[in-house]
Amino acid sequence: MDNLLTRDNLQKWAPLLVLFALVLFFSVANPNFLSMRNFARISILATPSLMIGIGVTFIILMGSIDLSMEGAVAVCAVLFATMFTALGGSLAGWGWLAVVGALFVGALFGLINGLVHVGLKIPSFMASLSMGFVGIGLSLLITGGDRIRVEDPLFRSLLTYRLGGFPLMVYVALAALLIAGFIQGRTKIGRNFYAVGGGEDLAHASGLNVARVRVIGFAIAGVFYALGAMLAVAQIGIAETVTGRNLMFVSITSVVVGGTALWGGAGGVWNTLVGVLIVNVIGNGMVVMGLPSYVQDGVLGLLVIIAVYLSTDRRSLSFVK
Amino acid sequence: MFELQKVEKKFPGVHALKGIDFTIKRGEIVGLVGENGAGKSTLMKVIYGAYQHDGGQVLVDGRAVRFHNPRQAMDMGVGMVFQEQSLIPNLTVMENIFLGFEQQFVRLGVVNWRKMATAARQQLDKVKLSIDPAMVTSKLSFAQRQLVELAKVLTLEERVQGDLVILLDEPTSVLAKEEIELLFSLVRDLRNRASFIFVSHRLDEVIELSDRIYVMKDGSVVDVVDGKDADVASIQHKMVGRNISKEYYREEKQKPFDAAKPLLEVHGISLAGRYKDISLKLHAGEVLCLVGVEGSGREAILRTIFGLQKPHLGHVTLKGRRVETFSAAHGVECGVGYVPRERKVEGMVGGMTVYENMTLSQMRNYSNAGVLEIGREKELARDWIKRLSIKASSENVDCANLSGGNQQKVVLAKWRSGGSDIILLDHPTRGLDIGAKEDVYDMVRDMCGAGVGIILVADTLEEAIGLSHTIAVIRDGEIRKWYDCPPGGKPSLYDLIHYMT
Repeated sequence: MDNLLTRDNLQKWAPLLVLFALVLFFSVANPNFLSMRNFARISILATPSLMIGIGVTFIILMGSIDLSMEGAVAVCAVLFATMFTALGGSLAGWGWLAVVGALFVGALFGLINGLVHVGLKIPSFMASLSMGFVGIGLSLLITGGDRIRVEDPLFRSLLTYRLGGFPLMVYVALAALLIAGFIQGRTKIGRNFYAVGGGEDLAHASGLNVARVRVIGFAIAGVFYALGAMLAVAQIGIAETVTGRNLMFVSITSVVVGGTALWGGAGGVWNTLVGVLIVNVIGNGMVVMGLPSYVQDGVLGLLVIIAVYLSTDRRSLSFVK
Repeated sequence: MFELQKVEKKFPGVHALKGIDFTIKRGEIVGLVGENGAGKSTLMKVIYGAYQHDGGQVLVDGRAVRFHNPRQAMDMGVGMVFQEQSLIPNLTVMENIFLGFEQQFVRLGVVNWRKMATAARQQLDKVKLSIDPAMVTSKLSFAQRQLVELAKVLTLEERVQGDLVILLDEPTSVLAKEEIELLFSLVRDLRNRASFIFVSHRLDEVIELSDRIYVMKDGSVVDVVDGKDADVASIQHKMVGRNISKEYYREEKQKPFDAAKPLLEVHGISLAGRYKDISLKLHAGEVLCLVGVEGSGREAILRTIFGLQKPHLGHVTLKGRRVETFSAAHGVECGVGYVPRERKVEGMVGGMTVYENMTLSQMRNYSNAGVLEIGREKELARDWIKRLSIKASSENVDCANLSGGNQQKVVLAKWRSGGSDIILLDHPTRGLDIGAKEDVYDMVRDMCGAGVGIILVADTLEEAIGLSHTIAVIRDGEIRKWYDCPPGGKPSLYDLIHYMT
């Protein structure tokens, strides 16, 4: 117990400590912060970005980056709403097929993303950024710029039906988080993510098919983007091209602030949960304190710099590109 | 004019330089020779400022100096011509020559390229190279690049007041015969401008060029030979000259291998620029050692056998089946395990635990429909921790926190537990202390006893001789000599070094 305060331990628990400190700070600043209603509000806002964050966590664990989430979410949301409406517009009827369809679309989108990155040997940031634009364009093409309303009460009950103070969608997100945790800790592919991120050459020299691992990683991320897209639609009852707006910055910020290393191999979805909460608590807390919303972006930007600075072992890095 | 007195350098666990005395006079060409690991490169790094000495003195013109970085050494007139080409390929020749010293051509923040080109041409004239200084470096031949590097170092002449000392590290390794002669006559011409320290594995060249030759062994200078009196054989004896203990390498445990059971056959493989027409056979229970100097092609051969690199010619047969697809995955499937030189880079994933590292190459056997059976993984790890007496408090500790010897055991356990019976070991004892080395030797003998075949690239020649059943001496990518090494009938260090250099 004498070495409880090691650098490793500090790095491991720092995000959680920061989260508690923030909650404490905002509670003191404004007692309204510490209320069930406010916590529910935070959790609703946090669910879509948690899903996106989980997806991109797997990619970052492999030492790659995925910037396609806004496009992926737009495509998934719009296609989901289109299919849902076409299938009768009710979850009670054939509408549930649209959910399956959307997950499939997400997986396919991620798969293409991964194949472009691995097959054409385009760096992941560029491949995914381009795929993101393709997604935005595709969703505009489908909707013609219009909004698609999804008003099925059963589907909207994800937001409206509350259990223990929290809406249903929060529980859906938690279930997805558990699945992600299972993939990360208990499956071969999850272990492979860490191996590729921790030492790609070694993974290769141990006989791993690194290219396949990467492609599967992007496909799994796509499934979580689709989930996030549907939860975002459930939140406001509308699917449109801008459904995914701002999710790239928020999700990557969350992953990094949660303590997952940008060069891969360390961290995971539990870190991302903490990171998403930190980001959303800051956003919400600043609103509760009455600060203008545009200050939030600035604060989040600074937070990313601080988080990366603290989590980097600079002795081992000579140059940063 | 440049002198080292009793210079010491220690690294954790290694005493790299032991009281080195070294002098070079104005206009002299001094050779520096020694086996791999004798301390040549450490000494060079101290001279050109990449390392700082921890004891003794470095004197320039009688004044004690301390270089904190290569730049400071350059300012005192000490320059290095690197073995690995240090020119940046996408820059032009003149940009490379004046890299880091462009300020002299800058006026009002703008580079005067014409002025730089003129200055560069003046430098290129010194090395008698007539190329356009505005040419992109990647278009030059290796020989031309070597000369540009020399020209780059010679810019010190204009910048520095005193005399120059120029280090040449294996400058001939990529050059053809005529080019070498060109370089040598150039170096002789340049001795009115600078003194040279010439480091090479090719003893005949060192003798031809040098006025005096420093022979290093185990971190000390064992002799200084006059260039006129030197001959290859006597220098080779001086580079070696020591006894080996048979017990240390577990020679008593060396059993004859099973000649009826070939595990691996290599038929005339060639890879341009790496190795040429290599044929060998590895049998169950055999340790086959590839011996050669750094860069002789040993690593490339291992990489091909593992499947990382397809040869241009020839083929490889694993357990009687000809290899068609060269991939690491296929190699692993056929029972080949590779323990690369840099454990940190290729041997271990730091940040992953002991059991995760052990099953990395065989997750298929420890998972069901993609779901890992972590309980069984841990059981395996506990078993091997006990079998190899790995010093780890549990199978859950991060491998990065283990000592080098224990990391090496984890890597070996990874391959052995997966049933690999062809193990490729590249410098398995590098950086280990004596106890850990002996553990590795024990493991090698145990593996042979279990019918495993091992191809070894040893850290030292003694290790190669002590451990192997068979030795192939490789020079410039070709096998020059085969030795059988039964206990009691082993070749001497001198035999090997004779064919290596």
